[in-house]
Amino acid sequence: MNLPFILFFVFALLAVAGAVMLILAREPIHSALALILVMISLAVIYLLLGAEFIAAVQIIVYAGAVMVLFVFVIMLLNMGLEERTDFSKLAKYAGMPLGFVLLLEIAHWMFHSQIGAAIANGPEPATAFSTVELSKQLFRPYLLPFEATSILILIAILGALVLARKEE
Amino acid sequence: MIVPVSYYLVLSAILFGLGVVAFVFKRNVITVFMSIELMLNAVNLAFVAFARAHNQLDGLVFVFFVIVVAAAEAAVGLAIIIMLARNRESLNVERVNLLKF
Repeated sequence: MNLPFILFFVFALLAVAGAVMLILAREPIHSALALILVMISLAVIYLLLGAEFIAAVQIIVYAGAVMVLFVFVIMLLNMGLEERTDFSKLAKYAGMPLGFVLLLEIAHWMFHSQIGAAIANGPEPATAFSTVELSKQLFRPYLLPFEATSILILIAILGALVLARKEE
Repeated sequence: MIVPVSYYLVLSAILFGLGVVAFVFKRNVITVFMSIELMLNAVNLAFVAFARAHNQLDGLVFVFFVIVVAAAEAAVGLAIIIMLARNRESLNVERVNLLKF
């Protein structure tokens, strides 16, 4: 075992533990903190994959901005513990088994498909992705989608303002 | 020795499966929304792993766009949740059943 393997398994276990905590927690705030744990572990795993810019964006935008928004709304509404109602029998009896069937199916496909085999055996360069190259991609071939996202963000801000406004 | 890319894909599949389970299982609308974020994160991990496998940057550009769309979605979705909490005085998804047959 060497360092990348140890780091991968430690943070993969942390991410899975965080996701399980998200399911088991009854307080919404505990679920939010578990999700922050998942996101920070994923940022470390992005660093292992050599995607430094994405790791930084993951911490700043996801674990920072988006989760602060979630925690803020949970505090603002303060609805207390999650109710355990049994209106939906389907969710109660089919939810967990179907989720694990989906999980097993994806894992099985990844291990046994042609693409999965090609990826598993493919050559792996050790260098990190350069942020300079990424920004060249982002501002040349992907310039139009990049500009479109700015309009999307603007519309999202306006939509959030209009929706959350108190009616007179 | 480097961690094989298939390990990352299996982790991504596990996280996505747990996200689906949380989406079906949780009753609080905020937690249901958080499980969507968990699924988006799992897909992002798969994108980065594929970018590494093919040594191309397009996967990372896609991750960037997914993060932007997730941020916009969180802003609008949480505004809808605030409206919902004002009108229904509950965050239980099963009490939001006007369109359910």
